[in-house]
Amino acid sequence: MAETKPILYSCRTSSCSFRVRIALALKRIDYEYRSVSLLTHEQFGEFMKINPMAQVPALVVNGKTLCQSVSILEFLEEKYPEIPLLPSDPFDRAVVRELVELVNSGIQPLTNDSPVEYHSSDPAGQSAWEKHWTTKGFTALETRLAQTSGKYCFGNQITLVDLVVVPQAVNAFKLNIDMSQYPIISRMYTTLMELEEFKTSSPSEQPDYPSELRK
Amino acid sequence: MSRPILYAFHVSSCSWRVRIALAHKKIEHDIRVVNIVNRESRSPEYMSKVNPAGQIPALEVNGNVIAESLAILEYLEEVYPQKPLLPKEAIERAKVREICELIATGIQPLQNPKVAARHSTETEKRLEWTEYYINRGFIALEKILNTTSANGKYCYGDSLTTADCVLVPQVFNAIARFKLDMTPYPKIMSIYNSLMKLEEVKLGHPDNKLS
Repeated sequence: MAETKPILYSCRTSSCSFRVRIALALKRIDYEYRSVSLLTHEQFGEFMKINPMAQVPALVVNGKTLCQSVSILEFLEEKYPEIPLLPSDPFDRAVVRELVELVNSGIQPLTNDSPVEYHSSDPAGQSAWEKHWTTKGFTALETRLAQTSGKYCFGNQITLVDLVVVPQAVNAFKLNIDMSQYPIISRMYTTLMELEEFKTSSPSEQPDYPSELRK
Repeated sequence: MSRPILYAFHVSSCSWRVRIALAHKKIEHDIRVVNIVNRESRSPEYMSKVNPAGQIPALEVNGNVIAESLAILEYLEEVYPQKPLLPKEAIERAKVREICELIATGIQPLQNPKVAARHSTETEKRLEWTEYYINRGFIALEKILNTTSANGKYCYGDSLTTADCVLVPQVFNAIARFKLDMTPYPKIMSIYNSLMKLEEVKLGHPDNKLS
């Protein structure tokens, strides 16, 4: 029996979904896009049967549901190894994973809608919160990238770090953070966003991007 | 290869995760105590020589350092494959990692005292915040563990995995630090109580000060 296409539950605005979309594009995996609107809180409806944490992305592979973007990325790496997104040396892999987690657990969870909206109902308060955690995390990331980066975040190979840094940088630009403080992160963003796979995975290219916003 | 060095502190839950794995796999290692209460991890010396983000745990291997507990756990799994902490099959590995990530991204960063302190100067509001995020994560985790735990002893299947390494410190914090009502989470408690009997888990208990 032929394997069915994986189904990706995603929202165009979700940076974690963006990460997985890039991986699927880089690895040339065809998938079905099912949108979950975070704006209308669709994640708290039927979708909670897919992911009890009410978060996107989720990837359904032959009837099995996988949640948590980094776990999904590792799965894709194991199941579709032809276009690798991790180095082969174990220590190098650990460095890549460290950089991934710096963003994945150090920045993104604190700048998610939930803590932002819980912290403050006032836009200025929300923005200050997001900026604090983003700049704190980016300062640490920039220092580490100075040690690891080449053309990309880790040497000259595209790795999982690049997939995690770009969506976070997109969010940082929306916050009007002075990105000149982070020249390496800025260079990574610019370099990677020239690649077709990063462009097609971007929020504005997704099926749930409102047509009225399209230029 | 010389013995790896773990930079850790006894009250650090992320350090405990790694110490469980090191003990389970019987990996001989040295410990360097980094007193995070005294902000030693933020000292210029630590940040320039060990980890620029000022984090623990960190693992030094032949003079090179990696940080982030989940990265360290994956490294140990690859380099010391004895007594594996991940299943063999890809979907199963993904489910174990999902549990790790749910806790490591969905709960731990949000219940960090520094984060709660940033939210509010009022103790009561900080506690409300902390309880909210631990409960949010535990509600989801309880549902997931009911489908993944074979017999209520381990998070996944019937043997120790990295998910257990990550679960233990978070539940400990919930109970010991925040006195959370754990009645809604019988599966989490069953697994936690089972794990707390294991030698490799007891070794990293915060009451055991590192020397």
